[in-house]
Amino acid sequence: MTETAMSPVHSKQHGTPVLSARNVVKHFPVHSGGVLRRRIGEIHAVCDVSFDIYPHETLGLVGESGCGKSTTARVVLNLQPATGGTVEFEGKDLGELSSKEMRRLRRSLQIVFQDPYASLDPRLPVNEIVAEPLRIHGLYENGGKDRVRELLKTVGLRPEHGNRFPHEFSGGQRQRIGIARALALEPKLLVLDEPVSALDVSIQAGVLNLLQDLQAELGLSYLFVSHDLSVVRHIADRIAVMYLGKIVETAPAEELFQNAAHPYTQALISAIPVPDPRKERSRQRIVITGDVPSPANPPSGCRFRTRCPKFANQLTDAQREKCKNEEPQLVDRGQGHPSACHYAESLQLI
Amino acid sequence: MPDHTKSDIDATAPEVPETKGTGEGTTVAGPSRTEREFTVAERSQAQLVIRRFLQHRLAVGSLIVLLAVVLLAFVGGALWKYNVADITPDESQPPSWEHPFGTDAVGHDSFAQVLRGTQISLGVAVLVALIATFVGTIWGAVAGFYRGWLDTVLMRIADLVLTLPLLAVAAVLGDVAGGSWWLIAFIIGGLYWAYVSRVARGVVLSLREKEFIEASKALGASDLRIIFKHLVPNALGSVIVNATILVAIAILIETALSYLGFGVRPPDTSLGLLVSDNQTAVSTRPWLFYFPGLFIIIIALTINFIGDGLRDAFDPQQKKVRA
Amino acid sequence: MSTTDPTATTADPVLEVADLNVQFPTDDGLVQAVRGVNYTLRRGEVLGIVGESGSGKSVTSLAVMGLLPGTARISGSVRFQGRELLESDDKELSKVRGRGISMVFQDPMTSLNPVYTIGDQIAEAIMAHHDIRKDAARKQAVELLDLVRIPHPEQRANAYPHELSGGMRQRVVIAIAMANRPDVIIADEPTTALDVTVQAQILEALRTAQQETGAAMILITHDLGVIAGQADRVLVMYAGKVVEAGTADEVFYTPRMPYTLGLLGSLPRLDVKTDRLTPIAGSPPSVVNMPPGCPFSPRCPLAQDICETEEPALEPGPNPDHLGACHFSYRVEGHEPGDLFSEQADDATPLPAGTNEGEARR
Repeated sequence: MTETAMSPVHSKQHGTPVLSARNVVKHFPVHSGGVLRRRIGEIHAVCDVSFDIYPHETLGLVGESGCGKSTTARVVLNLQPATGGTVEFEGKDLGELSSKEMRRLRRSLQIVFQDPYASLDPRLPVNEIVAEPLRIHGLYENGGKDRVRELLKTVGLRPEHGNRFPHEFSGGQRQRIGIARALALEPKLLVLDEPVSALDVSIQAGVLNLLQDLQAELGLSYLFVSHDLSVVRHIADRIAVMYLGKIVETAPAEELFQNAAHPYTQALISAIPVPDPRKERSRQRIVITGDVPSPANPPSGCRFRTRCPKFANQLTDAQREKCKNEEPQLVDRGQGHPSACHYAESLQLI
Repeated sequence: MPDHTKSDIDATAPEVPETKGTGEGTTVAGPSRTEREFTVAERSQAQLVIRRFLQHRLAVGSLIVLLAVVLLAFVGGALWKYNVADITPDESQPPSWEHPFGTDAVGHDSFAQVLRGTQISLGVAVLVALIATFVGTIWGAVAGFYRGWLDTVLMRIADLVLTLPLLAVAAVLGDVAGGSWWLIAFIIGGLYWAYVSRVARGVVLSLREKEFIEASKALGASDLRIIFKHLVPNALGSVIVNATILVAIAILIETALSYLGFGVRPPDTSLGLLVSDNQTAVSTRPWLFYFPGLFIIIIALTINFIGDGLRDAFDPQQKKVRA
Repeated sequence: MSTTDPTATTADPVLEVADLNVQFPTDDGLVQAVRGVNYTLRRGEVLGIVGESGSGKSVTSLAVMGLLPGTARISGSVRFQGRELLESDDKELSKVRGRGISMVFQDPMTSLNPVYTIGDQIAEAIMAHHDIRKDAARKQAVELLDLVRIPHPEQRANAYPHELSGGMRQRVVIAIAMANRPDVIIADEPTTALDVTVQAQILEALRTAQQETGAAMILITHDLGVIAGQADRVLVMYAGKVVEAGTADEVFYTPRMPYTLGLLGSLPRLDVKTDRLTPIAGSPPSVVNMPPGCPFSPRCPLAQDICETEEPALEPGPNPDHLGACHFSYRVEGHEPGDLFSEQADDATPLPAGTNEGEARR
């Protein structure tokens, strides 16, 4: 474990990290039905996840549904308390802050949600939605009106439309409202939880460009949580791939696509369709079978072994024993970046 | 509905110089361009609700009838030539131009009595709805928002109130209260808030999982702000619908109480008291019994229909069109 | 796949849709969900329909199946093997549904009955159209489950839908869809609710189903990547209309409609490192009370005055099978998205109805 703790997702960036997560664990209790509601088990949503985010960079957190990426994001924001491990923001341990201190710190740590239809209060006009963070932190009195106008302009909306209600806007416009709200307090780190996956393709691009512009202009750091590797490749500097609550591989974006080392990353890359008919027809596919096991009862040893094509087709019985009994650590096994597979091998898939 | 008009902050604000553009420049479209994105007129949430309500014919009809009854009771009552306590020389007269609803054995003008009864019954009903809705909504919202032990304690108390046999408690307290109408309203309201609190809690429980609530938390909003700025306004639709039903229920309860002799007492009167007093006269002077009865039915029915209309109007599902 | 078989794409239509219009009256006015859609589905081919939300791609296929709510106003013609479906009554239609045309929806839970085992549900589907005994139907059901690669089909046949994962459920739906060897399978966003690794499995199961039954397939999706890998021919829909039609290669490599080109440019690619995407400005238009002219014109970099007044027809270019609905198709051909779409204009410069336009546009 010390290995992982000492070498969290490396960065080529210099300086001190804005945010460091160390050995973060999050379990959700499972209760039985009935009156007594006995605790009958635990969902291991996030298991021992560590990473750093540096100023001005984007860390992409990728994985399929149920891999714990959204929970990680919420733990990072202290919207849900961690079961174990620490999250430090600019050197302050979020777990040790009083609720008053935490409230103050929220100015620097903001989130944009996936669903632009659910994340805006339907009963408030857009002006009020964007003004809310200013009002909460007592900043509205000093030129709040102008600030709201300015924010709406920043995200490419017209201030004249501030009186309209969320339901009158399209998905992309609503997402921009959500971004304006998150920017109101001039945060340092923005957690983006699937910010474009609910949007239509033609709209998605505009929002992604906006996010890039904002980062360049305001020097923001992003934790970009997504299931879509194509989007993450486009926007992230570094990528961490999650599977069943663990980071299985992490690398700078380009390196991950050039030499993916973990069989899961490889399968993920090869499963994503490319909008190019000839390429798509001739692509090499690593198809994995089955579904993700329940996080209440993850497999022993390597969590991916039940679906791993390498485990199923290439390894000898002796090698498989190791997968079954020993949990692979997230370390560099000669591919130039850390991966959590005993038999990691680089593979170029595109 | 909350009033949003105060927030049109940029209508008067001076143009702010563009300090922080994203480098996208201005729109290229010329002034001749046809608008294709917003081909539908701008409407606030409240406007949408009103619009949908107006399409519910039965509800709109009921609203008109109810308004007519209210006007008749309060304006008509004040203008009518007889007062509720006036004793006229005409005894036991059937309905005529002089006495539209007839008179009783003492010579009271029945029309004046029915109007006064309607005033009292409506007053009780509205006060009950206001008390129960106010207490119940806050109670339920707090329970639903905090969950855990506070929820358990608050809802057990509400459950306890619900188990009290309403008529018995109201009868005992009503007797003590001495028959003034607003005390009776307080008693009924003091028992009915528990129903409202259950409804409000249910709505808040589902609302609190919404992302916009999480968004407020992430912004550092206090619990009070989240409850009063986001949860309560969003729960208002369901609560208003419930309140209309409460009004109808309260009218009937007050009727029942007065009928049993625990409600409003003479010389003042209510619709329930009128029905109760005149039940013996059904066969001999039926007008004394049927007119107040008719008013009870009209009020209860119209309010129920209005409640139906409001429920449909608040239900956004109605507007969904698959495209 | 029949991509390499030219004979399959020349004749033998199983489904012909002509001038299909679907409208829904609403509070705000008439929603024109589908406006004059024409296409022919040939035996054994995979026709991809791609479009964004509100483009009418789903409504089109629901109209074909006769599954739209009663408020919908439908006109035009849908001919299945020469028989007009729009004029058929419900009894005739239910003979066609399941047997002639079957459907796979986005959410498998809505098409499965939670109180019956999946084996029974598949057997039920078979017995609805064939006069065979229950145990024979049940045996076929297990074979079908095996065909869509459900492990241990014998035991899984006794499982209830809630005991299966989303991917497994979708396989069951596919097994039901192919149970009566239909001539047409319509798959409406069959993988949208699923993870990518499961999506790959489901697309494979769909392909198996299509090849086993020899059915033609309509694959409806918003995902250009899925279309690229699966479809022989592609229809691109926008604001209720087909705006481009052609083979997958034609549509992806030499689009004739600026919208198609714009879509390709706004897509982050897995296979290529892109520094900057070229978005399409604005938002998709409202399909309520649509003004005349080309619905894409406010977002189109090529738009001229004629685009405001006259809606372009879907017409062939140099290649008679490759259709595009643009007055300026010739100016789109051979361009990269970045050539046409500048990045300056962006989403979200809406204009409220009734505002003084000249002033609001500055």
